[in-house]
Amino acid sequence: MKIEEKTQAIVNEFANFDDWMDKYNYLIELGKSLPLIEERHKTENNLIPGCQSRVWLHADFDGEIVHFTADSDAVITKGIANLLIRTFSDQRPQEILDSSANFLSEIGLTEHLSPTRSNGMLSMLKQIKMYALAFKAKQQMGQS
Amino acid sequence: MGNRDTVHFSTAGLADIEAIRADFPILRREVYGKPLVYFDNAATTQKPQVVIDALTGYYQTMNANVHRGVHLLSQEATSAFEKAREKLALFVNARSVREMVFTRGCTESINLVAATWGQQNLRPGDEILISALEHHSNIVPWQMLCEHSGARLIVCPLHADGSLNMEEFARLLNTHTRLVAISHISNSLGTINPVKEITRMAHKTGAKVLIDGAQALAHLVVDVQDMDCDFYTFSAHKIYGPMGIGGLYGKEELLLEMPPYQGGGEMIANVTFEHTSYNEPPFKFEAGTPNVAGALAFGVAIDYIQKLGIQNIAKRENQLLDYATQVLKSIPGVVIIGNAEHKASVISFLIDEIHPYDAGTIIDHFGIAVRTGTHCTQPLMDSLGITGTIRASFAFYNTFAEIDLLAKAINKAKEMFL
Repeated sequence: MKIEEKTQAIVNEFANFDDWMDKYNYLIELGKSLPLIEERHKTENNLIPGCQSRVWLHADFDGEIVHFTADSDAVITKGIANLLIRTFSDQRPQEILDSSANFLSEIGLTEHLSPTRSNGMLSMLKQIKMYALAFKAKQQMGQS
Repeated sequence: MGNRDTVHFSTAGLADIEAIRADFPILRREVYGKPLVYFDNAATTQKPQVVIDALTGYYQTMNANVHRGVHLLSQEATSAFEKAREKLALFVNARSVREMVFTRGCTESINLVAATWGQQNLRPGDEILISALEHHSNIVPWQMLCEHSGARLIVCPLHADGSLNMEEFARLLNTHTRLVAISHISNSLGTINPVKEITRMAHKTGAKVLIDGAQALAHLVVDVQDMDCDFYTFSAHKIYGPMGIGGLYGKEELLLEMPPYQGGGEMIANVTFEHTSYNEPPFKFEAGTPNVAGALAFGVAIDYIQKLGIQNIAKRENQLLDYATQVLKSIPGVVIIGNAEHKASVISFLIDEIHPYDAGTIIDHFGIAVRTGTHCTQPLMDSLGITGTIRASFAFYNTFAEIDLLAKAINKAKEMFL
């Protein structure tokens, strides 16, 4: 599925909820069902800096497709990580680089978008893009 | 604007909370369609209309540069500015206005002392003694000073209840200790430190004492002569005044000896390219055009507080804190972090295994502003073995009903996360 289709699906899901509580309950559910990162990848290096909660992001690359896994000690952050991974995992580096995550404001999670130290949202996005950039460079250098 | 402010000042201070709340325009705000419940006063306080009016009023009627002009406007501004300084000096019972330096705030005040008194007096082998509950602003300037001077930073530990371990404090004080730097009230735990006793003990071993008063000025009577501290630092925005202005109290004999902080206009006596001589304290430490509007508004905030009466304010805030402590303790799974016998305004807590960030997000959606995280006290959190807390910090304009709403929000968070 292309990234735009995935983000549209997410927007549609959240459109079912008017109430902030329902939205957050759904996000919490998503957090609980986040495909987990392997314990051995929960290292200092994989910690996303500048967040109030601890967030680990790990990326694998098979030469074509980037695969992300993540975890956090805060459940809401896990929920957001779930959304980001649904969107950006199993995609090509260039597609990741070309897309944005506008859907976050569309589903009314803007309070998690502010570039304060409080949340890993923007930091996660930045890290995802940086991985994509690095893997793209690898592709271009003919390594895999 | 009217004189409705005087109506409820004349009686027993805080009898009419609704009238007092009406003085603070922001308290009428809604967040997420719900009334704002502002429990983040330790981060910054809200402002009464009179303080806001003082800021705009200054620019409308009195704005001119100070200390320099012969023209009337300049004289008025200077006179008002110096009157504000006098108010502040009286408020903390300094001996004279020469002991009251205006700064940008508490952090700048501490940096000023570190950069001037600190650089001048500290040598390799000297020690600076702080406590484990200090805010980063009362840690990092000393770390920087230690790097430059070769002095060592020593940290006094706490008891499990968040109070200072005074036996350890006595043991750590020694003839190498040149400075003790301690907060008056902890912003994370609410602990009130025994600053008078700390000062007495420090002076006995020949050390100077700086007290970080950021959290204290709004909540209890500050008397620098009674404390006998050498420096006392504070910020206006923590006591219902504007951001961008604060003060440093310093004993006159120390301020006279200290080299200047920043160089420039105002802090000089005479300037040639060969040599420049400096002004006397406090002006020696106030380079450049000051935040005149801020100083005036700070003075107005102090007037407002004094009309209510600090004792009345403290009484009300203690009632709120006691009630909150009782209510929170009755919720299963809630753990209060910081249970010192003497506390003010602040209640830090955790809810079972729920991450503070998660809980704070839910509480936020009830319209309640609390703070989550390390509260700029990372070393303290590390020493307690936690990543952070949820912190509610009260001011006299908060209500018991607001605390009940916090309890509701906490129970909702429990429902959603457990």
